[in-house]
Amino acid sequence: MLFKNILREERMYTVADLKKGLKIILDGDPYLVIAFDFVKPGKGQALYRTKMRNMINGSLLDRTYRSGESFEPASLEERTMEYLYKEGNHYTFMDQQTYEQVVMEEEVLGDSKNYLLENLKVEVMLFGEKAIGISLPNFVNLRVSETEQWAKGDTSGNDSKPATVETGYVLRVPPFIEEGELIVIDTRTGEYSTRVKG
Amino acid sequence: MKKDALWLRANVIKAIRDFFWMRGFLEVETPLLIPANAPEEHINPITTLSSWQLQTSPEICMKRLLCNGHQKLFQISRCWRSDERGTRHLSEFTMLEWYRSDCDYQTLMTDCEELLQYVAAVCQPDRRTFMRNSLQIDPFSPWQHITVQEAFIRFGQVDVWDCLKKGLYEEILTSVIEPALAEYNTPVILKDYPAELAALARTKPGNRKLAERFELYIGGLELANGFSELNDPEEQRRRFEEANRVRKNAGQAVLPLPEPFLATLATMPESAGIAMGVDRLVMLTSGAHTIDEVVAFTPEDL
Repeated sequence: MLFKNILREERMYTVADLKKGLKIILDGDPYLVIAFDFVKPGKGQALYRTKMRNMINGSLLDRTYRSGESFEPASLEERTMEYLYKEGNHYTFMDQQTYEQVVMEEEVLGDSKNYLLENLKVEVMLFGEKAIGISLPNFVNLRVSETEQWAKGDTSGNDSKPATVETGYVLRVPPFIEEGELIVIDTRTGEYSTRVKG
Repeated sequence: MKKDALWLRANVIKAIRDFFWMRGFLEVETPLLIPANAPEEHINPITTLSSWQLQTSPEICMKRLLCNGHQKLFQISRCWRSDERGTRHLSEFTMLEWYRSDCDYQTLMTDCEELLQYVAAVCQPDRRTFMRNSLQIDPFSPWQHITVQEAFIRFGQVDVWDCLKKGLYEEILTSVIEPALAEYNTPVILKDYPAELAALARTKPGNRKLAERFELYIGGLELANGFSELNDPEEQRRRFEEANRVRKNAGQAVLPLPEPFLATLATMPESAGIAMGVDRLVMLTSGAHTIDEVVAFTPEDL
């Protein structure tokens, strides 16, 4: 595999390189160091305590290392790609420059799948040839495909109602939003932000 | 915030200096660049192009001054230890060391009490306490004394010698003992270390398995390491060589021995000495969480 060859040529990390934000490979998976501390009791050996997040499944791992240990750097690449289509629970993205395509499973995408509309440009995180996640624009525009009419004079006191957008995602929107309207959704919170006027 | 921290730092250093001057200690300055430090298993000196080393502690020169007949000495100086960097460590840091002849480590424990009471009273006159993780630690209440052996049994239900054999000593100390010591609202003296961890300390008269060495903990933070000094040159040479043997096996550089120190060690009177981290004392005085908060610049700032 081409990717493996590239890795071998890279310098290994030592415990002295450990710090927050470092990306390393453990048991074949890429991990992000999210917390790090150096501890060294008087006259004793140094310990390097780390907390790491698995960049594929998000699980957390606590590991303590001693001097002399080394780590394989995880080389990760972010590339702008366009979302093409979904088939079963597989989502396909394409690099518009190289026409290279990657496929991601629904569970890898997590909540991001709620905002995937054909031709949306996203940043795809690649670990070798494997796509392990995407980052979305902070705001996306999606059309409301289904929501109940707001009855004028409604006194139920509700200040929001459910609405389904074109990707199938259901969220709360203000009562005045109508079917067919384009709304702005904050992808970081999944909440309605404003409506697109005009 | 940084501005306040630097004022507090200056005040702590001034208080230390006043404390020792008032008690008749001689303030000394010994060379920072030396041909050889005391070789230790887990301390890596920074070696310069000339092959001389930056001091990892001023102990070698200060003990030679004891040999010359000086009886009460102190020094506040920079020390360097390669690759030590964390929330409580800087590769370049400030150390306070003091030495006394004609006494043992008990006297140093009393010195510690008086020094910390003085620093708290002068630098934090309102609360007269230290702070660690939002806990106030009162140096004026009776200090807790626990032996290392007791601490491993009481907090970890394990035998310290067993831990040393299995290579678990550091792990248990930092993940079990130190967090337990962090619960005390008075300073804690952890004392009588296994002789394997003695370095330059003498063993207890009548018990060669234990060294007359103690560490001072405040809020679980290791602040000082003191001991009754070993003044047997043969035994000291044997320990240095043993440290180098362990270093070699671990793939670490074998370090030169401080020969002039070994040559004069036999003339050193019975004495005791201690090293205290000044940056950490400032952290405890201010309640800072990291060492970065109490220095003008960290290596990453440069």
